Amino acid sequence: MAIKIFKNFFKRIFFSIFKNKKDIKLGFYGPPNAGKTSLANRICKDFTGEEIGSVSKIPHETRNIEFKEKVEISYKGKKMVFKMIDTPGIATKIDYEDFLKYKMKKKDAKNRAKEATQGVIESIKWLDDMDMVVIVLDATENPYNQVNITIIGNLVARKIPVLIVANKVDLRKADIKKIEAAFPEYDTIGISAKYGTNLEEFYESIFKLTKKL
Amino acid sequence: MTKKRGKKKGLGKLNGFSIQFLPYSEFKDLGSMKRIKKILDIVLGNHILILQGKLKPSEETRLIEDTMAMIGHIPNFKGIELAVISENDGRGFFAKMKMGLANALAGGNLGALTVIGPATIVKEIKRNPKKIELLVK
Repeated sequence: MAIKIFKNFFKRIFFSIFKNKKDIKLGFYGPPNAGKTSLANRICKDFTGEEIGSVSKIPHETRNIEFKEKVEISYKGKKMVFKMIDTPGIATKIDYEDFLKYKMKKKDAKNRAKEATQGVIESIKWLDDMDMVVIVLDATENPYNQVNITIIGNLVARKIPVLIVANKVDLRKADIKKIEAAFPEYDTIGISAKYGTNLEEFYESIFKLTKKL
Repeated sequence: MTKKRGKKKGLGKLNGFSIQFLPYSEFKDLGSMKRIKKILDIVLGNHILILQGKLKPSEETRLIEDTMAMIGHIPNFKGIELAVISENDGRGFFAKMKMGLANALAGGNLGALTVIGPATIVKEIKRNPKKIELLVK
């Protein structure tokens, strides 16, 4: 009888702990066209069967914060529930004329630029709400872009754990070492979100990062 | 330091550009909002600004937010190009610590330089750890 009461007591305590435990808010940040949505889509598709947003060759495809709740990632027998937050790419300049190169109508290009500027503001506002952040960088681009340094600086100031992902390693121009050299204080994982390359190492790093929470 | 701005706030037709140097002493006592306003006033006047020192990360994001809010509202303004080069970049732990101490005594990072220019003039600021290359349109 006493054992039963004890058992029920612990059951209740454990239940209340896990009931109140919120999902880990995992943000995807970075410059436009680095592959934030592609990576978030790949993870969501693997664990929920649904994607989080649309991807495009035209920059600033994601112009609003997109969420996917209750994404349970399992890796080597461990399970964790995340709230995935895909953010619009952060930039210091947006010119509607850049979108015209993609055969977009002037009116649509202007509208896209307007939405993109609002998206950048929204992304910055959401920095405070993240539990941990994956910075997605294009491994074919120069990592010493001030936007990358600014985002990381802000996350460090807020004590939010950071993982750097060097995306597009499938491309010949990709240079992970350059990214590692630019941000030596952080773990950098080279992946291809498009082909799902090296995602196992990515999941391992994500689980490792949760220990810093 | 010259001011080329007309009556109307906006970039208008470009006939050239100038470079302004802002010493740390000019903005060290300003609050974040005033610092950003000062920077944007210079950039909106079609000047490329070389700032001694660097902004705090929160000021940098505020600068980006304010820049985004201005695009579409100020004629011909398409944003900014921004780069910071710091003596700390690529240094070892002890060198960084020594530099941090020196900066604390100076009241700011005097070993840093910030380059900010309007995107209508500055095509790109290429940065590697040791140099900044400014490509003008």
